[in-house]
Amino acid sequence: MDMQGRWEDIDHLLLRQGTLVGPEFEPCAELRESLHNDLRVLVIGAGGLGCELLKDLALSGFGNIDVIDMDTIDVSNLNRQFLFRMHDVGKPKAVVAAEKVMQRVKGVKVVPHYGRIEEKDDEFYRQFQIIALGLDSLEARSYINSVVCSFLEYEADGSPALPTIIPMVDGGTEGFKGHARVIIPGVTPCFYCTLGLFPPQVTYPLCTLAETPRSPAHCIEYVHLIQWGQERPGDSFDADNPEHMKWIFDKAFKRAEQFKIAGVTYSLTQGVVKNIIPAIASTNAIISAACALETLKIATMCCRSMDNYMMYMGTQGVYTHTLSHEKDPNCLVCSPGVPFEVDSSISLQKFIELLLEDPQFKDKLSKPSISYQKRNLYMQAPPVLEEMTRPHLNSPLFELMEKAGGTLNVNDKKLTGILRVNVSFRGHNDTVMDMDTAGGG
Amino acid sequence: MAVRNSNKYDRQLRIWGDQGQLALEQANVCLLNCGPTGAEALKNLVLGGIGSCTIVDDSKVETRDLGNNFFVDWESIGLPKAKTVCAFLQELNDTVEAKFVEESPEALLNSNPEFFFQFTLIIATQMKEQSLLALDSICRKRNVMLLIARSYGLTGLIRICVKEHCVIESKPDNAINDLRLQKPWAELKRFADELDAEIDDPVIHKHIPFAVLLIKATEDWRKTHAGSLPYTSKEKAEFKVSLASKKHGEDEDNYKEAISSAYRVWSPPTIGSELQRVLDDSAVEVNSSSPDFWVMVAALKEFISNEGEGDAPLDGTIPDMTSTTEYYVTLQKIYQEKAELHVTALEARVKNILKRIGRDPQSITKSAIKLFCKNARNIRVLRYPPLEDEFNSIIGHELQKLLEVEENSNATFYVLLRGVDHFASSYNRYPGVFDDELEEDAMKLKTLSTTLLNKMIGGGVGGAVLSDDLVSEMCRFGASEIHTVASIIGGIASQEAIKLLTRQFTPLPGVLIYNGIDSTTSVLQLKSFA
Ligand SMILES: [Zn+2]
Repeated sequence: MDMQGRWEDIDHLLLRQGTLVGPEFEPCAELRESLHNDLRVLVIGAGGLGCELLKDLALSGFGNIDVIDMDTIDVSNLNRQFLFRMHDVGKPKAVVAAEKVMQRVKGVKVVPHYGRIEEKDDEFYRQFQIIALGLDSLEARSYINSVVCSFLEYEADGSPALPTIIPMVDGGTEGFKGHARVIIPGVTPCFYCTLGLFPPQVTYPLCTLAETPRSPAHCIEYVHLIQWGQERPGDSFDADNPEHMKWIFDKAFKRAEQFKIAGVTYSLTQGVVKNIIPAIASTNAIISAACALETLKIATMCCRSMDNYMMYMGTQGVYTHTLSHEKDPNCLVCSPGVPFEVDSSISLQKFIELLLEDPQFKDKLSKPSISYQKRNLYMQAPPVLEEMTRPHLNSPLFELMEKAGGTLNVNDKKLTGILRVNVSFRGHNDTVMDMDTAGGG
Repeated sequence: MAVRNSNKYDRQLRIWGDQGQLALEQANVCLLNCGPTGAEALKNLVLGGIGSCTIVDDSKVETRDLGNNFFVDWESIGLPKAKTVCAFLQELNDTVEAKFVEESPEALLNSNPEFFFQFTLIIATQMKEQSLLALDSICRKRNVMLLIARSYGLTGLIRICVKEHCVIESKPDNAINDLRLQKPWAELKRFADELDAEIDDPVIHKHIPFAVLLIKATEDWRKTHAGSLPYTSKEKAEFKVSLASKKHGEDEDNYKEAISSAYRVWSPPTIGSELQRVLDDSAVEVNSSSPDFWVMVAALKEFISNEGEGDAPLDGTIPDMTSTTEYYVTLQKIYQEKAELHVTALEARVKNILKRIGRDPQSITKSAIKLFCKNARNIRVLRYPPLEDEFNSIIGHELQKLLEVEENSNATFYVLLRGVDHFASSYNRYPGVFDDELEEDAMKLKTLSTTLLNKMIGGGVGGAVLSDDLVSEMCRFGASEIHTVASIIGGIASQEAIKLLTRQFTPLPGVLIYNGIDSTTSVLQLKSFA
């Protein structure tokens, strides 16, 4: 498929040595070939960012792209999701996007997956060398982050084991603003390290909604959250059902009139109920392309990576800020282990109880299984394993861990990935010292 | 029109509204050169629903285009690129009238400069300095807006060339409503006085709006401080402590809000430096040919020194605050009514001015005046100097400042982006296009660019030193147009185009330099904004 000269522009980066390149960059024609033939990249989301990412990656020379999205095409997507047309409305985004990109960019293979990210198992995600995220929800980002960080293994010296790292590139937009970031698990901060970067969602106190509404949004949320359940019990609300939305609008309009509040419109009702984030083509294009460029850099090392977070603000002039966020050394998701100190006399059973009581873990765990250096110490399921590992419960943890502190892997059905707990035993200070240094390395 | 497509455009109507959409639908945009940078810029505007567009490009689709341009395909090799890109863009939105002219922009500039007069906005991509100079002077003659976009390897730049751009709805991100807490007018003061903050009823006590709490607290403070407001940080802290002491319980959100909003008392929104600059502008001396915007600014200036008593008109909007519905709605109405009085006052002044300059007093509508009043504190005027001035070193001072403070060297990229054009006019090709002349080209580019820089910053002795790393990267790029970089530059260009066309938000106040190596940008401010 590659006619002579097709990739001439990108070849300037791939075939020529540069001065500001990534570690161990080797310019050569094989680099482009492996980008096209061997490397596999997953794009999560085929919406505003996803459509752009697919185009950008295909035209950066990536030849094997998978895309996953659970949504179908809606009319309101057409102002920016440029791979979709009016006659595509109702079809799965991933399928249509893949088709369009393959049609236009000859030689690229795009495999669509129409479904939820939670439906795919670890083996699915492990196939990819890089994952590019074009998502609009914090929950989905956290999920993928946990999955990818659970693949991460640490060497004895505390450094992340390179073959277990799957880098992620993430973008997000709202109106004229956006961000692009590079997440190399174990090296740069993961989502969980920097959860505070996401603004908290606006929620209204129920008493305000019920007793002292002041804004149109208060009236709409009252009808949506309270009145619907009272007047249409058993009828589950569907934001995509026009009759449901109209009902909310009519009732909210009446309620607003009653309180002399102006400004309830159908458009606002939709905005509040669906939590609509305004979105335009240009911002999605900018952010996706910044992400795709970083993906190319990670894949080929043809240029050093951005370090590690860029925000873009386009309302007052154009202002960008690129900054290096710090990893949380005790991150529950990506760190080598969350420090946890216990008495050397405790049994495994007691240890599990302590975990379940600890404020950092208690809402994340229900029935934890514990393993140590690939050895199952206690498994809650299946029954055969449970029975086999049950005798350990009464053994001292200190003995089970070979009289040294270290990292225990905790699995739990409540967790998306795994939890690494760095156990140290009181009165065994040498071990504690060792592990602290290791954690920082 | 906007209504017919309100579902399709829902997500953007929430940003620029029906008026913004209408402005887009009336725009006639011209794209010069439809490589990836241009095609991507236009793509975003076609999706957004501009009225019509015309692509000017005389090249044919080549194999190389298949590696970086999404709006050509295998079957179109050998066909006119303008025609191909036009057809693929048309598919994105059938309400846009997409046209093309198979000619080179340079040739058109020479043969038929009037061609460019028909457009609202021209986006010139991947063009050399000489042609841009000619284009800028043509556009200035007829007030056609010009946006220049350039992608070059991992770097690029964007600049706006417009004589004057006036913005009423600049929509700043963190606009603070004007509440006049330290200067309540009679109705507002009466409302505050009628509410008893000492009341025992716990429900009422925790529902007195923070605006009222602050008006009362300010009045009390003044009584014991010879009429002045809290000034030192100690006084400000005292003010907050005395507010807190009036709380009946820890759960009183209205008091929490009053304490966190106390700054509104000592730093109320006043006439900011940007507004002052607009008021002091000589264009405020209006005549019969003055645009409506300046007539309203002239009226605003009169208003401020008369009815406004030193302040701009009230915007009439209040933020949400913990309150009973009744108190809140009443308060809202008090602000709205005052704002309407201001609109009426400004309207009378506008009419007088119109009469004075010999125009129809009704020619500026009440709704236009209302919009102006609502946004009066944040109006903006941007003037972009002719490109010739930028090239003749008015940018030198800014550049030098940037060269000194920046460790990421974006200022160097600006110099090199201009340097490659000088290289091209000297050697008839860009540096680094041939693999075997990379080192030689780097030396030549460095010499040329250093001369250029020294000319711009007027420096002789010692002069500036350009980083060898960046010079050699620039040669490595060899005028390549990388798709992702083109998509970023095209994307920013289209965002700026939307701001210019809708006259909302604030466009770029200078030249934007993009650095794809570090994923950073810098803006070189042009002198007219200083
Ligand atoms: Zn983390």
